[in-house]
Amino acid sequence: MMSKEHVVVIYPHPDDEAFGASGTIAQFREKGIPVTYLCGTLGEMGRNMGNPTFATRESLREIRKKELIEACNVLDVELEMLGYRDKTLEFESREEVADHLYSYLKKIKPSLVITHYPEHAVHPDHDALGAAAIRAVEMLPESDRPTVWAQAISNDSVEKLGEPDIQNDVTPLFKKKLAAIMAHKSQADGMLSTVKNDADDIEQAAKMWLGMESFYIWEY
Amino acid sequence: MQPIDVEQVQQEIEKRANKEVYIHLETTNGAYASHFNKEAYNVGAFIRNAKVTYERGKIVGTENAFRVGLKMDIGWIYAEGISQFEIDENNALLMAGHDREGRLMVALQISEQPFHY
Repeated sequence: MMSKEHVVVIYPHPDDEAFGASGTIAQFREKGIPVTYLCGTLGEMGRNMGNPTFATRESLREIRKKELIEACNVLDVELEMLGYRDKTLEFESREEVADHLYSYLKKIKPSLVITHYPEHAVHPDHDALGAAAIRAVEMLPESDRPTVWAQAISNDSVEKLGEPDIQNDVTPLFKKKLAAIMAHKSQADGMLSTVKNDADDIEQAAKMWLGMESFYIWEY
Repeated sequence: MQPIDVEQVQQEIEKRANKEVYIHLETTNGAYASHFNKEAYNVGAFIRNAKVTYERGKIVGTENAFRVGLKMDIGWIYAEGISQFEIDENNALLMAGHDREGRLMVALQISEQPFHY
């Protein structure tokens, strides 16, 4: 473990950080621990265009970039945009992506890296960037290696991997989490409507769905 | 975007005929289709910045279900389910169809300049 704490979050899409880990991120920030988000793409190929639609395939890029910056302001985290194209990460060279991530890790020297659990993260971009992140951490000398929290979101993850090592109840910070999600307006409208259909109280329903953030500690 | 105005879209298609243009063609039901419903399949395809020339193009259909076909020297470009269009700031013709929740299902876009990476 490094003497100075710094958390690096590595996910491919604007809003992965909000839906997946913003409660955990807010907890670290409350303790004064710096957090840097390395965001792989701008979610240019997202299907949600707002509801009612206000984005097009071509304008989505800039809209989501602004939303990402806003969400990072809400969470008070540093942001680095890696510049890959949405949906294409699994077709890039894994070693090149890992080298790219390594160049940030070498500089930041994080104590903890949060990313997706490869093969258990549903979206191909999640799996690919998670695998590259885990490889990038492995490239650091063992003594400098941060802890890695890998997030699995597949329906059968508990069955396949067992109970997550970290089960973080983030309901005390839920307002912050919801604010981070709502910053991604083009995406949140559609995503939250799936929850809304099942419940009258959207905040209560979202809490049930998003109140727990779980991670596996990656073993090298 | 706005609802399809057949006459206007037809004119815009014709304006871009018989010259080199860049095409974005896409259909998708999202990366989470089978995650949220195990009976569903994840299906999608896109091609971005295909450089083509079409000699004739036409929009056909009614209300919410328009089809667009572009006839090329040795083949065709086709999209079904188009319901909205826009001429964007780069003078590209964007056409798309969305589901009830505003999610994109199909897109066909024609531009004289390459689309952003």
